Order: sequence, then structure tokens, then C-alpha cells
Amino acid sequence: MERHVIAKTSEIPPGTRKLVEVKGRQIVLINTDGEYFALLNRCPHQGGSLFHGDLIGLTESTEPGCYKYSRRGEMLRCAWHGWEFDIRTGQSWCDRRTRVRTYRTAVEDGAALEKGPYVAERFNVTVEDEYVLIEV
Amino acid sequence: MSAVDQTEVAQRLPSGIERGAIDCDIHPALSSTKELRPFLDEHWQEMLAVRNIDGLDLTSFPPKADLFSRPDWRPKQGKPGSEIGAVKADVLDHFDLKFAIANCLYGAQAAYNEYIGEVLCRAINDWLSKEWLDKDKRLRASIVVSLANPEAAAEEIERVAADRRFVQVLVLAMGEALLGRKQFWPIYRVAERLNLPIGIHAGSTYRHAHSQAGFHSHLVEDYVVQSQGFTAQVLSLIAEGVFAKFPGLRVVLIESGVTWMPALMWRATKNWRGARIEIPWVRQAPAAIMREHFRLTLQPFDAPPDPADFERLMEHFGTDEMFLFSTDYPHWHFDGDDVLPAGMPASLVRKILVDNPLKTYPRLVEAS
Repeated sequence: MERHVIAKTSEIPPGTRKLVEVKGRQIVLINTDGEYFALLNRCPHQGGSLFHGDLIGLTESTEPGCYKYSRRGEMLRCAWHGWEFDIRTGQSWCDRRTRVRTYRTAVEDGAALEKGPYVAERFNVTVEDEYVLIEV
Repeated sequence: MSAVDQTEVAQRLPSGIERGAIDCDIHPALSSTKELRPFLDEHWQEMLAVRNIDGLDLTSFPPKADLFSRPDWRPKQGKPGSEIGAVKADVLDHFDLKFAIANCLYGAQAAYNEYIGEVLCRAINDWLSKEWLDKDKRLRASIVVSLANPEAAAEEIERVAADRRFVQVLVLAMGEALLGRKQFWPIYRVAERLNLPIGIHAGSTYRHAHSQAGFHSHLVEDYVVQSQGFTAQVLSLIAEGVFAKFPGLRVVLIESGVTWMPALMWRATKNWRGARIEIPWVRQAPAAIMREHFRLTLQPFDAPPDPADFERLMEHFGTDEMFLFSTDYPHWHFDGDDVLPAGMPASLVRKILVDNPLKTYPRLVEAS
């Protein structure tokens, strides 16, 4: 498992996302309320780009006509066929056997990163900034 | 506990079916509303006579059309299925049935005037009890209701269901509104509580075109396209959340044909995956809901050209629990004794003849 620096925290504020490439894989990095999530940019259903999907809440129901909303911004809905994935686990809502690959994220400041080890393919790390890392 | 003991079913009849089968769809015919006279109050006795309210056969089932009576089951006089002696000889005795469920198709269900619909349905239920159920202990019946006033229908179901020989609630495949709509839920609430499946029978009240794309010109078109009506009802019941609200409810599709359903299972499930946020109360794939809550009667079987297709069809359904034996007497779907489709695996025959009906209709088990 290698740790890769993929973004400065300042470039991905809450509610936004960034598409990055790590070791040939396209990965969607999402900031939801200050927490970072990383998922493979490939819907396990038909291969759609999850980066282009909507980040929505979880809609559940206890009975017809009841719409119970929770977890705002924690479900990624594929733009191609509408499959919903839990960004915390990668789990598909409609097909429990299906999961999108997720990656562990971490935030570290530049001073800590100076000690390494990490891979920063496109980053010059500076001690003044804070960075998002993923494990691949 | 199996209601029919093994010695009883071991013997096979010439038809290839076992003794003690359960026929889930036969049609006793009401010859005339005059037969209902003893079951009406004075006002309606007079009104039926004075206003000449009679001949309310459903447009979907013209009594003289070939399709609706096998030639050897058509009496010299009167409507096919109107005489209990013939029903006994042709079907109850001939197939040596344990039970047959009588589904009375008559225009009472389709009346525009809700009061006439109610009063005729009530009279038909009492007529079924006295003129049919009392006359042969093998007969069971469906409760006939008008959907014009669902609250009144629920009351009628409650009233009639006290007689445990009524095992189902009967409605038509194509009515004024789709059956999933909340206006009909009083019916489902009482049906679930009283262990009565909802039987949706082919037929239309002609409030809308059968095809949903315009009116057809010929009876054969109307008959074949019934499957569109059934498709619409299955989707409506699932999407509106009827099974989320009434998880114990079962629905029997009667005279619906069967081969259309696997395609619906696939398509409905596929689209539900992407659009389920619209109907979050549908928590299971529609195909799974269909397998759990829906049953289909056998006749008319769609007759795929190769008997081997039967087994493939079962694989497509993903279960062998959904089919219920029926002759659809006196309708003309098969000749002689060919009541079981060619290619039906032997292991399935008993399930279809006995086990599946008993699981579908709890009230049959009580009586066995």
C-alpha cells in the first residue's frame, strides 16, 4: 500500500469533488462536510464515470408516501443509469453484491509529509499547506 | 400439513392430472338478473323488472363467442356454465377435483351506477352461496365487488367473508383507475386481514382502451392485449407501495397468460435500480416482489411452439411456486384432456395442481 498525495485541501472545499489519476486509475475525490472520500471513477454496473454523478442524500421510507431523508451528500448517483453508491463503503443500494472500489483517505500537513514516505506524482509539497492523501 | 393425502393423489386420471387437484378458475354463469330476485330487497326486485335491468354480460366475454365456451361444454340452451349439473359432470367429476374456485364474471362489476353495482354484486355473492356453494361441497368462490365505492366494497367483503367458502376477492384487470391507487386500499386492508387474495381476472369495464394506444377493432385483439392491462396493474400495485403497506397480501392473476411476466420482471427490476429514489418504499427488486406476492393461473397457457420452452420459462420466472392449476371452464383453451401444457416437468405437476393453490389460498387449507 502506497500513500499518494493527490490534492491540496484548499482546492477541494466541502461539497466539491476532484478527479485525479493515481497509478493509471481514475479516482474521484469528494469532500462532504470536511470529510474526504475516494472512489474509483468507474461505476461497477456499466462503467460510467462516477465523477459526473450527483451527490445526493439517502432516501428511505417506512411506508408509501413517506420520504425519509438523511446523510446529505453521502450517496453518489451514477449519471448513466442512476445506481446509487454509499461513498463511505462503496456499497450499491439496489444490488447488495455490488460495490465500487473505495480508498482510504487522510489529511496531513506539509511539515509531516516532509518525513515521508509518500508518492506525489504531480505535487511539490510545501510545509505551509495541508494535503489529502489516499492509499492505493 | 398437506391437505390432500398421498394415497388420494397417487392415482392419475386420463387427463394426466392427479385426483384431488384444485382448479383455481371456473366460471359459473348468471343466466339473467331474474335469478338474483330472491337476493334483492323489494325496491330492487321491482326496479330490475320495471327498468328491465338484465343482460349485463361483460363486453370482454360475450357468451356466444367461440372462445368463451368449448363446443362440448356449450349447452343446447342457455349460457355455458349456467347449469350446475353440467359443471359437475364436465369439470368437478371429470377432473376429479378437490376444489374449484368459482369466479362469476358479470357486468355488476362494471356498472357505472355505483348503487346498482353494489346491489347486484351483493346479490351475486348470495346467489353464489346458495345456488352453487350449497350444492357441491367441492365448490369455493370469489367475492364479487364493484370498485366504484371501495369503502362499500370493503364492507361487502367483510360481510361475505364470514362464509369461509369464499376464498378470494375478484376484480377485473382493466377498470376505471389503476389498482395500486390509495382509493382501493380499504379493500386490500380487509382482504389481508381476512386471508383473501385479490384475484385480478382478465376483462375490462371499457373505461379506457385495452391497448392504451387506442381501441382495437376485434375481439381477438382485445383478448390478446389483456396482458398489457395485467402489466399495468402489477406495476401499479408494486410502485404505489401496496405490498409495503400490506405485506401479507397476495394477488392472483387469472386468465392473464403467463409468458409476459418474466420480461416484466427483468425490465421493472432494471429500471427500479436506477429510479428507486422515486419510490423508496419499494425496498426489494420488483422481480422479487412479483415472485413473493403474485400468482398466475395456468389457462390460457400461451402455447410456446416447443414443449421444451416450458422448462426455460420456469427458469425465467426463477420459481415454480407461482403457477396455479386452472381449467378456465367453460372457456375454450384446450380440447379433450389436454389441460396441462406439454413439456411440464412431472415434479411441477403436483405443485401446480395442489401445493401452490393451498399456499395461495389459506382458506382452502382450513377446509381440507
